[in-house]
Amino acid sequence: MKSTVTPIRSVVAESAPPALAIQTKDLAVHYGALCAVRGVSLQVPQQQITAIIGPSGCGKTSVLSSLNRLTDLIPGARVSGQILIDGADVLWPAYDPVALRRRVGKVFQKPNPFPLSIARNLDLPLRDQGVRNADERAGRIEAVLRRVGLWDEVAQRLDMPAQQLSGGQQQRLCIARALVLEPDILLMDEPCSALDPIASGVVEGLIEELRGDYTVVVVTHNLQQARRIADHLAVFWTSGDAGCLVEQGPAGAIFDSPKQAITAAYLDGRCC
Amino acid sequence: MPASASRLDPDRLLTGGLRLCAAFSAALLILVVIFLLLQAGPVLDAIGPWRLFADDGWFPADTAAAGQFSIVALLAGSGAVAFGATVLAAPLAIASAVFCRFVAPPRIGQLFRRMLEVLAGVPSVVFGFWGLVVLVPLINRWQPPGASVLAGALVLGLMILPTIALLADSALRSVPRATLSAAAALGLSRWRTALQVALPAARGGVVTGIILGVARAIGETMAVLMVCGNVVQVPASVFEPVRTLTANIALEMAYAYGDHRSALFLTGLVLTLLVIALVLVAELGRGANARRTAHG
Amino acid sequence: MGDRLLAGVCWLAAGIVAGGFAWLLGDIVMNGLGQINLMYLLMPVADAGRAGGIGPVIVSTSLILVVCLSVSLPLGLATAIVLSEADDERWFGRLVRRSLDVLAGVPSIVFGLFGYAVFGLALGLGFSILSGGLTLACMVLPILIRSIEQGLRAVPIDIRHAAAALGMQRWRTLVAVLLPAAAPGVLVGVVLGIGRAAAETAALLFTSGYVARMPDSLLDSGRSLSVHIFDLALNVAGGEPRAYAAALVLIVALAVVNLTAISLSERLLSSRINPA
Repeated sequence: MKSTVTPIRSVVAESAPPALAIQTKDLAVHYGALCAVRGVSLQVPQQQITAIIGPSGCGKTSVLSSLNRLTDLIPGARVSGQILIDGADVLWPAYDPVALRRRVGKVFQKPNPFPLSIARNLDLPLRDQGVRNADERAGRIEAVLRRVGLWDEVAQRLDMPAQQLSGGQQQRLCIARALVLEPDILLMDEPCSALDPIASGVVEGLIEELRGDYTVVVVTHNLQQARRIADHLAVFWTSGDAGCLVEQGPAGAIFDSPKQAITAAYLDGRCC
Repeated sequence: MPASASRLDPDRLLTGGLRLCAAFSAALLILVVIFLLLQAGPVLDAIGPWRLFADDGWFPADTAAAGQFSIVALLAGSGAVAFGATVLAAPLAIASAVFCRFVAPPRIGQLFRRMLEVLAGVPSVVFGFWGLVVLVPLINRWQPPGASVLAGALVLGLMILPTIALLADSALRSVPRATLSAAAALGLSRWRTALQVALPAARGGVVTGIILGVARAIGETMAVLMVCGNVVQVPASVFEPVRTLTANIALEMAYAYGDHRSALFLTGLVLTLLVIALVLVAELGRGANARRTAHG
Repeated sequence: MGDRLLAGVCWLAAGIVAGGFAWLLGDIVMNGLGQINLMYLLMPVADAGRAGGIGPVIVSTSLILVVCLSVSLPLGLATAIVLSEADDERWFGRLVRRSLDVLAGVPSIVFGLFGYAVFGLALGLGFSILSGGLTLACMVLPILIRSIEQGLRAVPIDIRHAAAALGMQRWRTLVAVLLPAAAPGVLVGVVLGIGRAAAETAALLFTSGYVARMPDSLLDSGRSLSVHIFDLALNVAGGEPRAYAAALVLIVALAVVNLTAISLSERLLSSRINPA
């Protein structure tokens, strides 16, 4: 697995800085009077896997939620600063969050399939996006289930309630559900942390296969996992009362020679 | 939420439609009060609110000038029956709730709770009928005429008991387990835990239950209409028949017209205001209790 | 010592309550059971209820319930949806909730007055099944809304987030995901509403009226089962035996509705439970 990863990293390291899929400027997230994270100027390169790491409570998840404006759903949450995707600030009030979320998909920590059948989980978003042709929907559902390696396991029982699948299968279904809308960017919030080690390995492999086709931003607690899958790394920390971004760059470079003392200590496991 | 699109999309229509429905549901209460006021208007104009208490009795003839509109006896009837019902039901209901939570084996507690739920769903006309054919003759043999404040209080007491008991039970259930464990760790006996820790902690819910029980007793019509005898008088003992505000409306609406009908609507308004006041007091109590447990 | 005393007092109280319950129920069942047969359920009312059956009364009761639910269910569903998504800090949700809490306490006889004034007089429906059903719709609205809202709130927030993250439109999320997931709560609400409406008498006295004939349309007066019991018990000399029978029919009907709802909602719930 490593041998397929290393060349890409070296290409990234040697060539000119890659195009950015997402760029935030001075991003801050508040919940009521509480500041979760501030001053974040994150750069997410296109079609690579960006891992966001850092200790608990440093605002990683808040930043991830703000990227497709799911923070809109949290009462009392306020996001300030800029989030540029394709040069447009998605925090601009007139920006359509529905269109944004169809382009920027999300996979959650805990698998959250709809309490409906497997097929309906994938069919609904397609219908909602206006894909009227039933054959086309069926084709896309099959393709995306094959992509996440679930097709052979569930092809015979697409009408089964999705919640009867195992945890790992549910999470792959949720990834399939996010991919079926053909987004450009996929946000993943600790997608393996609720799974057993084997299922976790399967999902991790799946994430690596998405490299090159999608821009993936994945929050993880697992340093080994970040080391295995990340092309680009963003390290968050808590400074004073709020979280902040301390260091970002190509993953290999940061793992080999972190610029910040905090990062070095964290990566060595010397604190926390 | 920021504007997503200027066109007329289904989500906007949906949101608007839903809000309209919700607004209508909320406005229903105001509509009820307005319609009662409109119908009660004529008699209110003619006699003013004071004669409701100052007149010699309830003799609502067809014109306001000739009639007497004192609701004192009706209020006394409602009050006596509701008070009696509460005095009978509240201790039994609280003991029943403690029984469910602290005394009964779990399965029996569960069964008992299910029974209370069934009892809460028995139609009031059935309670009234049972009171009429069973309780009233029994009381009649002892203290005629039988149809009396006592009969009403017994039937209503049985009716409001499930309301109080179920609310008290859920208040007891919401006492934090840690509080109970702490009491147990201090070596408090079960009855001390129940009476001196759990019940005081659940006081808000219990009081709310009692107030809602009283509101239900005052608002109940059929049961009291069937067992209380319906004589308009301030009762001198629990064995005397009385007529409540609610029974009075049910009895007289059938043939009332003019100012008499208007007066009945006025008593309906009085009844509503009374119950609204009780519900609001109960709400306040529940709110205060919720705040206390939130901080505690 | 204290423990025993407490236990004794509580067992005594529970015994009194259970005894009263058994007395009430036993009395109705013992006296009513012998008179109920198929003919009783189907035949028209004769001799002011002393003879014949309760066929038209059952039809009228059902029609009143149908009118009641077909108005209160859509309205209640819509209001519950708004409340379940309402931020409690905002005035609108708080206002609707407080108003419904108070409405739930308004005595049923007052709903009867209101229904008579609005549907009977102002809208010109007179004494009719329509008047009665609409009056009951107003009365059961708070109870309906409360349980549907609880059902909707019980749907995990994850599911809402998943739908939002897919950029799904609100109406589709609601219709295709949230409402099916909340179905048990909705069902329980409907059943509680039916139970409350079928048990009601006072609100129907001057809205749907006393007429015991088979109704020709919703604009005819129709006697509900509860009104029938009341009339036999209080206004008809010698009506007692038949009042027992009607009371038993009403209680059994309510019990059947309740038990069906409980088992249905348990089955619906268990089919959703995640085995993982």
